[in-house]
Amino acid sequence: MIRALLLSAAALIAVPAAAQDVAIVNAKLVIGDGSAPIEGGTVVVRGGKVVAAGAGVAVPAGVERVDAQGRYVTPGIVAAFSRVGLTEVDAVTGTNDRSAPRTRFSAGLDIAPALNPMGSPVAVNRASGVTRAIVAPGGSSNLFAGQGAVVDLADDMDMVTKPRALQYVAFGEDGSAKAGGSRAATFLLFREQLLAARSYARNPASLAEWGNDAMIQRADADALVRVIDGTTPLFVRVDRAADIVNVIKLRQEFPALKLVLVGVTEGWLVAREIAAAKVPVLVSPLTDLPGTFEQLGATQSNAGRLKAAGVDVSVGVFDDDDAHKMGYATQYAGNLVGLARVPGASGMTWDQAFASISSVPARAVGMEGSIGSLRPGRAGDVVIWDNDPLELGSRPTAVWIDGKAQSLTTRQDRLRDRYRTPQEGALPKAYDR
Amino acid sequence: MIRGVKGSLLAAVSLALVGCAASGGGDVASASDKPADKPVKFNKDPYPSTYKGYPTRLTVVKGVTIFDGEGGRIDNGSIVMTSGKVDRIGGPDMELPTDADVIDGTGKFLTPGVIDIHSHLGDYPSPGVDAHSDGNEATSPTTPEVWSEHSVWPQDPGFSRALANGGVTALQILPGSANLMGGRSITLKNVPSRTVQGMKFPGAPYGLKMACGENPKRVYGGKGRMPSTRMGNFAVNRATWQKAAAYKKKMDEGKAVDRDLAMETLAGVLSGEILVHNHCYRADEMALVIDMSKEFGYKVSTFHHAVESYKIADILAKEGICSAMWADWWGFKMEAYDSVNENIPLVYKAGACTIVHSDDANQIQRLNQEAAKARAAGRRIGIDVSDEQAWTWLSYNPAKALGIADRTGSLKPGKMADVVLWNGNPFSAYTRPEKVWIDGALMFDANDPKRRPVSDFELGQPGEGDVK
Repeated sequence: MIRALLLSAAALIAVPAAAQDVAIVNAKLVIGDGSAPIEGGTVVVRGGKVVAAGAGVAVPAGVERVDAQGRYVTPGIVAAFSRVGLTEVDAVTGTNDRSAPRTRFSAGLDIAPALNPMGSPVAVNRASGVTRAIVAPGGSSNLFAGQGAVVDLADDMDMVTKPRALQYVAFGEDGSAKAGGSRAATFLLFREQLLAARSYARNPASLAEWGNDAMIQRADADALVRVIDGTTPLFVRVDRAADIVNVIKLRQEFPALKLVLVGVTEGWLVAREIAAAKVPVLVSPLTDLPGTFEQLGATQSNAGRLKAAGVDVSVGVFDDDDAHKMGYATQYAGNLVGLARVPGASGMTWDQAFASISSVPARAVGMEGSIGSLRPGRAGDVVIWDNDPLELGSRPTAVWIDGKAQSLTTRQDRLRDRYRTPQEGALPKAYDR
Repeated sequence: MIRGVKGSLLAAVSLALVGCAASGGGDVASASDKPADKPVKFNKDPYPSTYKGYPTRLTVVKGVTIFDGEGGRIDNGSIVMTSGKVDRIGGPDMELPTDADVIDGTGKFLTPGVIDIHSHLGDYPSPGVDAHSDGNEATSPTTPEVWSEHSVWPQDPGFSRALANGGVTALQILPGSANLMGGRSITLKNVPSRTVQGMKFPGAPYGLKMACGENPKRVYGGKGRMPSTRMGNFAVNRATWQKAAAYKKKMDEGKAVDRDLAMETLAGVLSGEILVHNHCYRADEMALVIDMSKEFGYKVSTFHHAVESYKIADILAKEGICSAMWADWWGFKMEAYDSVNENIPLVYKAGACTIVHSDDANQIQRLNQEAAKARAAGRRIGIDVSDEQAWTWLSYNPAKALGIADRTGSLKPGKMADVVLWNGNPFSAYTRPEKVWIDGALMFDANDPKRRPVSDFELGQPGEGDVK
């Protein structure tokens, strides 16, 4: 731990600027914005950012040249909704910072200082091509879960790309459980907490006047003020069609709310309403079982139908509250391509599906201009794949984050190598490394 | 099962199940072959299968790529299915009947149906409401007397998803892993039915689900009961096996014994009629279980969730024990920390029995995709696994581990026509089942909404009959 930290710090200081300049040529180049792959493409990264990408792009003098040999080169995957960095082993409580069920705070919680870039899930997800993630807290003791962040998965100590990038709240059955037992309680508690925050914003002394009866703490009010004025996007977990409609209606009283809907299992039933409201959604696209009564309409065609209705659809892997397997995003996106071939089903084209795990989630969190595609000005997050990235078992052969080449070796690889031949040799396995 | 399950402790309990097998098929049986004063007589099959195959037609699929399930491959091949059986498979020169329904399989793939050796469909069904939580009889650390078939809700919509999206034609439903001995498992044909008896795989042996490690000691330690440690796990198991051995000895000697449902299951294991399916993550624990099985004279069919099998793949090969594995699940609990993506191919390379399993209502819909990921991970480290070899992980090996490989799991003539026609290579993310036959009957057809089962629960609900 200490050694690794020192090494990283040294690396940060020692790396010359030139090491961040790279041109990847001879690529099947995927920009990530929904456009078709470009054969024989080039992407140039300088100073940690993409400066040019496309066909016929010249490689500036002095820039390292990497030949992709015709392989897919894409922006890194943006995990649309995850817990990466917040847990090492889910069931080992001390390693798990996803939720804070006994805190007296809620909306004010900020996950940034809880993130652990040295955790093995960061390396494992990076090795599967995920370079950025939208990370949300799991929950508090109250309705609002707190503030999530946009992070990078680089092999260094600075994980936070954008702190307080979102506020998270669950409606539906989970929200009812937090709010006191019903959806009515959820909507009222939501409204009262926002109104309290607004009062606080107008008159900070009001919070002190409420004393122990205060519905929220000062830190929570600070955070909610930024939700009310639209500074912080509000990610809302919601599944049932009727709940989706009612969550969208929250903007009648709080018009600046920047809503992003998460889950949205029955979204296809109200796709027109979502599209008309111009609210982006993050879906776990293979959810097709009525796991709860708020998911009765679950179908794998949800993502495709929402997309067809004009909704901005990001694809993620979050029904399992996941921190470990965000690489499933590519598999899930690939399944959407397959669904397009199934009679009666809706899916996406390959180009749309890839965008749904790169630029579209970046846009949902308001960062389309800085991450999620290989358009000029975006972070130099680039992946070379050994095969079609949406196909099963494809893996990165090289990953850059902010233009820095990344290690793709994980603890799992070390275990695998130790036991490639399971029999012990002259000495026990513990000496084999 | 759907939300928050995999990562949570609760999920770990409900998901990490151990299966057990029980004797099946017998009618009224004597517990002893020897003459005796008062041999215990009981019906070994009191809830008999009522499944009979559904109507079939003489069917040919031609021009298709075939994986036969036992590692064989035929390009531009054909299959003839008649009266519920595989009549024959062969190349383009094989003679075909002239009066059959002929399906052009050009560009498509044909395989034996997927068999999931580890499922909780029915005993942890959707919707996952408390009223449906029927997988763990978590009131005693050993409950070999419970039978999972008594918990299975045939209306679980998950069965139809496994059929239509996953090409699953048979599956084992196990009790959960809260208990060291969770109870008997049951093997089902993946056909809709009013009753669980209408799904039971005729003549399949029962299983006994057992569980190592964290779950039993946490569940009972949390109640202030034994076991609260791994050594406690073994002590309780050994005491129970000792009792079972004594019970069986009395039966074998023809002595009078009181009927004891728990002991009947365990005696069935000791006599080899019931197959042990043991949830066990860690390699060191598997090695101890192997010794325990020898101590009491039973055999472990399969270690389930065997994320550390790669560490002892040589031992598992020597002992003839199967490993049922995920491709890449990891990190949700301490005993799943040392998972590697190459576990499945490393076990395969060692010559040990290799199975891909789900333990999950979602993952069961894409076991072919899990196998594809594992195969690719193997290839990256130089383990050459062909597509047709990898298919053994999905049908023939689980069939062997369940004791039904003489009837299904591959496309040998005379076997049940449990067959999937895929609209492309099933190791591609872009591929889905097009048609699924069970005992030669067309039970799913992507081109025919009338061949898509809809459970009672989904009738009249949003999305009834949708593609799902």
